[in-house]
Amino acid sequence: MAEIVIRLQDVVKSFGAQRVLDGLSFDVERGQCLGIMGPSGTGKSVVLRHVIGLIKADAGLVEVEGRDVARLSRKELSALRRRMGFLFQEGALINWLSVGENVALPLRENTDMKDAEIRERVAAKLELVRIPEAWEKMPSQLSGGMKKRVGIARALITDPEIVLYDEPNAGLDPEISQQINDLLRELHERLHVTALLVEHRVRCIRTVADDVLFLEGGKALVRLPPEEFFASGHPRIVQFLGADPD
Amino acid sequence: MNVLLRPVVTLAEGLGYQIELLGAVGARLVHVPARARVIADQIYQSALQTVHVVLVVGLFIGMIVALQTGIELARIGQQDQIGTIVALSMAREMGPFITATILAATAGSSMAAEIGTMAVSDELAALEVLSIDRVKLLVMPRVVALAIAAPLLTILCDTIGVVGGGFVAQSQLNVSYQLYMDSAIDALRDPAAILPLPKDVYGGLFKSVVFGVIVALIGCAAGLRASGGALGVGNATRSAVRDAIIAIIITNYFITWALYQA
Repeated sequence: MAEIVIRLQDVVKSFGAQRVLDGLSFDVERGQCLGIMGPSGTGKSVVLRHVIGLIKADAGLVEVEGRDVARLSRKELSALRRRMGFLFQEGALINWLSVGENVALPLRENTDMKDAEIRERVAAKLELVRIPEAWEKMPSQLSGGMKKRVGIARALITDPEIVLYDEPNAGLDPEISQQINDLLRELHERLHVTALLVEHRVRCIRTVADDVLFLEGGKALVRLPPEEFFASGHPRIVQFLGADPD
Repeated sequence: MNVLLRPVVTLAEGLGYQIELLGAVGARLVHVPARARVIADQIYQSALQTVHVVLVVGLFIGMIVALQTGIELARIGQQDQIGTIVALSMAREMGPFITATILAATAGSSMAAEIGTMAVSDELAALEVLSIDRVKLLVMPRVVALAIAAPLLTILCDTIGVVGGGFVAQSQLNVSYQLYMDSAIDALRDPAAILPLPKDVYGGLFKSVVFGVIVALIGCAAGLRASGGALGVGNATRSAVRDAIIAIIITNYFITWALYQA
């Protein structure tokens, strides 16, 4: 039986009077990429922030590699995060650092690596996301697609075992989106990371995810492999997918 | 929550956060040598780019003090004391206070806006998920930079203020520039001290270090707590300037009391 890396069990989260997650449960096996879809405001990004310990659930359990994230000490959480990567919707690049320095930041701040070694690793990651020429550029000089690539390179710089992607296609045109999707699929196959992928776009989920979880009303409505999910006759999924231009 | 109680709780939360941040900065001072380049950049951004403002404001403050006191002193034939009064006013109060106010309006607001923008655009969250110490990366260098820059700018403000007072003394109060400068220099000399400067100068510089720390700390704290997009950044910037000026005035009173009354 495959090892469970991420597990959410009856997770409840409210912001003020609004209940965003209402007893959500699912798990992700090692090496698996779980795509999470659902209408806006159903708490997809909130799920990712629970997994990486940015917010705590009001009730329920969030486990990563068998450890309750909410009960980890600051030091333990920090150690866990160093083994995880997170791609933010807008990339969240530090705007006063160049692309190279952005990608190098976790290594410079958290390791004793020599400068030459850091440069070598950063160059390899920029090569991996196919922007080796962008090292000296500032975030303000980058297109949306390039920001995403830099964000991916930074998320992968520590060779994480778990990667969380928050809408990697957001704000991108279809052509660039597909390039990003192909890149994520390739990375997933080459690096065998465990991943959670939050995305609205059908094409992204179809290309990258091994399984699709549909969130509705703060709960998991269905979980199916992509081919079955997109062929599903479930009225809510048909309605949701019918609105997608892809 | 009670409408009257809410501002008190908000104030207490803000103060508590700033005190906690001050402690966190103190614990990271061992990293100052490793951050020397960032601190130097911050000194350039925060201080050197406000030099012209300090020069203009300091010059006119010195001129105002000379004119206000000179007119009254001339009535009792004591206008030759203008140099002493301007020099001591600038060194004790006007220099540190005016410099700190300028820094609150320029560097403090800029720190709140920069860090606030990082907060609302998920950059701070990104630092957190990358396990990067935000205090060490963002706050400590800014606090140390202003703790260094504020006294340097204060010396500049004091000096230009005394010079400005001299222009007014000579042109409008019939006090020779030489006499004015002699009395000003005498007032700022204490042969008994290790460095031949009086307590007024040391006290003023000590104040400016404290004010520099206050401005940076409040600016960074406001930025770190910003939320809610551009409106949140605007609120953070406004509160950083307002709170820093209030804190400077209150702290000024207590330092003055400790130096001259206690």
